[in-house]
Amino acid sequence: MARIVTFFIMLVFWVLISGMFDAFHLGVGVICCLLVAIFSHDLLFYGHPDLLWVRDIFKVLAYFPWLFYQIVLSSLEITYIVLHPRMLEIIDPRLVRFRTRLRNTMARVTLAQSITLTPGTITVNMSGNEFTVYALTQKAAEGLPGEMETRIARALERE
Amino acid sequence: MSIVSWVVAVLLFLGVFFFAIGAIGILRFPDFYSRLHAAGKCDALASTLALVAIALFNVRDFDWTLFQSWDNLRVSLKILLIILFVYVATPAATHAITKAAFIVGIEPWEKRKRNR
Repeated sequence: MARIVTFFIMLVFWVLISGMFDAFHLGVGVICCLLVAIFSHDLLFYGHPDLLWVRDIFKVLAYFPWLFYQIVLSSLEITYIVLHPRMLEIIDPRLVRFRTRLRNTMARVTLAQSITLTPGTITVNMSGNEFTVYALTQKAAEGLPGEMETRIARALERE
Repeated sequence: MSIVSWVVAVLLFLGVFFFAIGAIGILRFPDFYSRLHAAGKCDALASTLALVAIALFNVRDFDWTLFQSWDNLRVSLKILLIILFVYVATPAATHAITKAAFIVGIEPWEKRKRNR
């Protein structure tokens, strides 16, 4: 099942990227997608039982707009800090360590990526369930892990 | 100018603005780690804005009867895919650089170091 779904996703991707609709290019595409589907079908739906991934994809899609909203908000904050005349008084860099309650590897990586994407915080290290985050301001440090973890848990964790 | 052109212009302007903020941030921040903030972060928003502008500009006069228009739409979708890849690649790179600096042992700039 995972093989078939991977194959079709790859095929749609191929057609979208190549834009050639003659027999040769489509044939090469089908062969390539077959090979990818056979060899790495377990990468796309890592550890997922069949068919539950449809629901998961929609949950992840629902998470993206919120992430973008956060990126916009915190970009504006960084803009304010960068342009402030007495910048060194506002920023207060620190290392924050916290434990996450996310169990899924994919969810943890998503959390790490999201933390780094939102300005003000960078994930320095992630080992097991312990995150080391470098925060630029105290406000950014206090916001961790906070709502982001809850949202990711809702999007990627299965209860 | 049509409305789409105005939207594209505004988006591009905002994109350039945030790129500029990133550059200024690299110059102004006190140490390696905080500079990475400016370098890797504003880019996420700035490149999104710029790429959306380019994708919009590419389909500005869409006509569903022309094959050329559909081809342009496909190219625009590709440009939007770049955003997704930027979102995956940028944090990974920033994280890798930060971790490398941390292992090498670069000391973070601290505010209260003098008081201790």
